[in-house]
Parts: sequence; C-alpha cells; structure tokens
Amino acid sequence: MIINKNEIPSLLDKLAAEYRVMAPVKKNGLVEFAAIKSGEEACLTYANTKKPGKEILFPQSEELFNYTVDAEGVRMQDNVDPTSTIVFGMRPCDAKSLVLLDNVFKNDQYEDVYYLTRRNNTLIVGLGCNEPAATCFCSSMACGPFSKEGSDIFLTDIGEAYVVEGISEKGKELLAKLGLAEAGAEARAAAAKLQQEVKADGTINIEGLSDKLGGMFEHPFWDRLHEKCLGCAACTYLCPTCHCFDIADEAKDCNGCRVRNWDACMFPLFTLHGSGHNPRPNGKARWRQRLMHKFNYFVERYNATACVGCGRCIKNCPVNLDIRQALADIRALD
Amino acid sequence: MNTTEKIRETAKKLLADKKVDLVVGFAQGSLPLRSTPYFARTPEEAENLIWSATCENNLANFLRKRPEKTAVIAKGCDVRAIVGLIKEGQINKDNLTIIGVPCEGMVDRKQICELVGGKDILEVTDTGAELILKGKDFEQTVAKADVMFGSCKTCRYNTPVLFDELIGEAVPAREADYGDIEAFEALSAEERNAYIAQEMQKCIRCYACRQACPMCYCSECFVDCGSPAWIGKSAKSVDDNALFQAVRVFHLAGRCVDCGACERACPMGIKLSLLNRKMVKDVKELFGAEAGVSLEDPPALNTFKFEDKEDFLL
Ligand code: SF4
Ligand code: SF4
Ligand code: SF4
Ligand code: SF4
Ligand code: SF4
Repeated sequence: MIINKNEIPSLLDKLAAEYRVMAPVKKNGLVEFAAIKSGEEACLTYANTKKPGKEILFPQSEELFNYTVDAEGVRMQDNVDPTSTIVFGMRPCDAKSLVLLDNVFKNDQYEDVYYLTRRNNTLIVGLGCNEPAATCFCSSMACGPFSKEGSDIFLTDIGEAYVVEGISEKGKELLAKLGLAEAGAEARAAAAKLQQEVKADGTINIEGLSDKLGGMFEHPFWDRLHEKCLGCAACTYLCPTCHCFDIADEAKDCNGCRVRNWDACMFPLFTLHGSGHNPRPNGKARWRQRLMHKFNYFVERYNATACVGCGRCIKNCPVNLDIRQALADIRALD
Repeated sequence: MNTTEKIRETAKKLLADKKVDLVVGFAQGSLPLRSTPYFARTPEEAENLIWSATCENNLANFLRKRPEKTAVIAKGCDVRAIVGLIKEGQINKDNLTIIGVPCEGMVDRKQICELVGGKDILEVTDTGAELILKGKDFEQTVAKADVMFGSCKTCRYNTPVLFDELIGEAVPAREADYGDIEAFEALSAEERNAYIAQEMQKCIRCYACRQACPMCYCSECFVDCGSPAWIGKSAKSVDDNALFQAVRVFHLAGRCVDCGACERACPMGIKLSLLNRKMVKDVKELFGAEAGVSLEDPPALNTFKFEDKEDFLL
C-alpha cells in the first residue's frame, strides 16, 4: 500500500480520534515521543528521538499504584494502563528493542502486568531509515535501517510518499480498515531498492563475542576500560534496551504512590546492599556489568544481544567512551 | 612544534624519567568534534595525547585522591578546579605536576550541530580561527568564536593560574562579563520560574552534571540518600529536578569554579549555567571571592569578615 506524505496529517488525525497516537514531536529543542492531538505535530524527518522508544511501554517514572489512608482504612488504586495506542514512526532499532524487552518483562519466572498491558494494547508503525547516522551500527546488531522486527506496520520513505506494509496480523487488520491505495510496481520497486541497499555501519563483528566474554570476567582489560567513565546514566537511561529499575515509595501525609524509576548499573548506588556491601563496588565492576549484560548474560539467557546499535550511548556520553571501540578492543585481545 | 607535539614531548619525558607514573590528558575521540580523556602510563602511550578545540572535559575530575604520581594536561578551568581541590584536601599538590595549556576556548558541538540543522558532521578541519564542517552533502565554515561554549566566552582565566610548566603563550584575560546572568535577573519572577520549569522538564536525572563536576565529590550525594529521602527520585517531578539543581548550586556556593563542565555533560542540553553562574556572581559581589584562582585566598564560606554583607540574612 502507499500513502502520500501530504496525507499523513489527516491520517494521524483520523487515528487520533480513536487511539492514543504517540509520534515524534519537537519540544524544547529535542525530538521525543508524545501523544499528539493533531497530525500536524508529528515530525517524521528526525534521525532518532533523544529518549528511546522504550519509554512508551516502560516509562522513566511509573506510578504502579497509589494509596490513601483515611478513617476507613487503606485504599489502593492500581495504575494499569490499557489505553489503545498507536506508535507512529518508530525507528527500526527502537522497534527491535521492544522485542528484546519482551523477554525481560514476560518470561517463565515473571510477567509484568504494567508493561504487558501497555504492550498488548500498542501497535507499532515502524519507519525505515534512509540516512542512518554515523553513530548508527544497527546493521551490525541483527537489526538494520529497514529491519521490520517489532513493527506491526512498516513505512518506507520513497520521497513523495511512504510505501506501507502490514507486518503482523494486528498491523494488517488496521491497514484493512484504513483503505489506503495499493502501491504501484514502481513505488514497490523503489522501496525494495532502499530496503536492500541502505545499510548502517555493519563492521562491528560480534561473532563469538559472547563466548569470549564468558571467559573474560577476570581479564585485566576491565582495569582500564572504565577509567574515563564518570558514572552517570546518560548511556543507560538513553539506551533503548536497558531495563533496570528501582522501586521507591513517595508519600505525603496520607497519600502516596509506589513508583518505579529507571535505574542504571553505572551508578555507585546500583546493587548497593543494605549492609553497605556492593558486589559491584567500583567503576571497573560497573562497566564490566554493562558490557557483559549486553553481550554475554542477555545472549546466554535470551539468545540475542541487548544492543540494537542505535548509537545513543555514543552520542550522549560526556567523555566519548564509545562502545564500538570497546567491542573492537575486546575483539583484538588474544 | 605545535601544542600537541609539545605536550607529547613533555609527557614522554616525565614518564621516561619516571618523574610521574601517569599523565592525564586528551586523545582523539571517536567522533568529529570530540576528544576523549586519556590516561598515558608509558612514553609510547603519551604519543596518543592531543590538544585541540574539543578538549572540553574538566580533567580535575580524575585527579582526586590519586595514589600515584600524576601529571595533568590542564587548561585554565581545569587548573581552577585543581586549585580548589588542593585547598579542600582532595589533591596532594606534591604528587601532581601541572602542565598548563593556555586555552582559547573550546567549541560546543551541540551549538555546531544546531547550526547545520542537526545534519551529520563527518569531517572537521580546524584552520585556527575557523572550523570547516563537512557532511554528506554540505560544507560549511563557522568561526570558532561564534560556537564556543558559553562558559568559554566568559572565561577570565584562560591561562592557568598555577602550573609547573606552561605550554604555549599566555592568553590575555577578558573583562568580567555576567551579561547572561544580568539578563536573567532582569526577568520577572514568573518568567524566571517558567524558564527554569521548562529546562527542568527535560531533566532525566542521569546525574551527568554532578558526575562531571570536579567539585561535586561527596561520597553520598543528598539525592541518593534513601532514608531520609531528602528529595523525590522520579524524573517526572519537575519540582524535584529543580530542587536537585538548587541544592547542588548551594552546595557549590563559593566552590564552583565556573568551568561549565556540568552544562557540557548534560545530554538533554539543559542550561545549568544560569543557576551556577548566578551563585558565582553573588559570591563575588557579596564577598569579593572567586573560587580556584589562588592557593592563598581563604575559601569564601570558611571565612568571616566584619564587612561581609549580611543583608540577605533574615
Ligand atoms: S548500547 Fe548504545 S548503541 Fe546499543 S542499543 Fe544501547 S544506546 Fe544503542
Ligand atoms: S546494562 Fe546495566 S542498566 Fe542496562 S540493563 Fe544491563 S544492568 Fe541494567
Ligand atoms: S555515559 Fe559515558 S561517562 Fe556516563 S556512565 Fe556511560 S560511559 Fe560513563
Ligand atoms: S545532566 Fe542534565 S539531564 Fe542529567 S541530571 Fe543533570 S540536568 Fe538532569
Ligand atoms: S558546578 Fe558546573 S561550573 Fe561549577 S565547578 Fe561544577 S562543573 Fe564547573
């Protein structure tokens, strides 16, 4: 199917009448996903949002439940959010990250009702990247600028129009309702050409990396990798696959809530025990955790790397500690 | 020899003569317009050191409580922080060799990125006064002076105030300029509130600002304390985000060396300098003190003079 670019605002208006539509918008100089009221607000020419798409399903601060105490006792309200949502224009790296996060929030040991309720009521419209940034290396990470994994519907920008493909059943059903025109042979060929030819940096070789890391826990490599790291959370909060959280109670008088906030293994506070002991007591142990988790622990558990190559950690690190370089250095070790 | 070559020579000699075990400086970064902090421990590693207009991090951050004999390649603001940290007992001066580099100002990649409309910059050539930026389908020249960090535009201590060796010519000092703060002070309270709320709304509480600040080194920051929880931990509370910055500014009163490292580190581009520099300006006006400009000056908040202004006290 096909849709002209000038018809996108009216399509979004139509969708917004029925669903919550989350699309990239420009706000205070940053591009971020926000619920839009009018299709005109959406900005689909962005390279990637500052904050990763994970925040739609796994917000940075999420009030799990609220409570009130009064003369009759304690009243609780669970904040499960079943709003039917369409995410419009998510980049392939972010769409793939959701597939990875699914492993964490739904597995044989645990099902997270907050995440899964959102997940099951959300439809993802992916948008291919005609011009991957210099920091993008999704093509190295089992993803790519036109990877459709995680998208229910997929858009390819062919200039004046988007070629629209239904990927999942859910996506195909929605498309059937929208009644878009069929794409002609020329448009389909243009899309296929882009999908085939456009690549991001595909030179980061991670073959055998997980096994190698498995034997590297005590390697002196870790002694220096972290040296310049400041121990902030720019790289993990802005990473679409990082999923650590911390739970806190916030209360005022008789009202309160239990809130789940993003956490990050780069903080000294991460895994600090009540006793004062921390199994990851220094920058060395923390950087090792970050790298190991992405490229070994997650691989062993879910058979995929917990990195989609979006490049956000590279763009946003205040000291330019580049994960591509770290991976290349590991590869070069005997 | 250019500055980079002189830095390498000096560092190699210090390491080869075993005068120091470590030289902290900068190496070429992995992206255009980026350099990266670098730790050289052998004369060979010293070959990787560089100097450019992108050496933006404050290296004093890596010098606190270092056990080994260390040399640092330090620009003006790094040295101000070093002076402050020596006075606070965080750096042992006898263990530190300061290789000072007069600094003409570092360029702000965020401003530059905005200037080219967010397009990918793939190659940058520094011609001295200008940068030639090249991307896939554009080439643009910008004057370095126009895209300098705000803190560099107003810096008055470009030439290090303390050094064992100085590489390059001293840079003439500028007049004090708090125009940015005066403009902010001139706004109404509502306008100031609205602006701060708008900035703090962007905050993700990643604490890069605090971590990048050479003078923020408490072993437990008040925001991290869980019991009592002095402050809410959620980033969605704009008030708590603002409270974090407000308390940080107070904890840095008379200590902030106006280096701008916090603002540079912020991934969300929040204008933190408005708050810090307001405090810097107040401390100067009220107590005639500036942090990190001499080893002898007593720290502003540790001293009492009869003529100290008290009219801001209740
Ligand atoms: S580790 Fe970095 S490049 Fe990989 S997904 Fe996370 S932010 Fe993106
Ligand atoms: S890399 Fe660190 S922050 Fe990210 S998911 Fe793993 S442990 Fe959590
Ligand atoms: S963003 Fe950079 S400095 Fe901050 S924790 Fe990550 S690697 Fe360290
Ligand atoms: S660096 Fe910026 S986003 Fe991070 S905590 Fe500081 S002000 Fe907030
Ligand atoms: S608060 Fe900011 S400007 Fe002041 S010393 Fe710290 S990093 Fe430098």
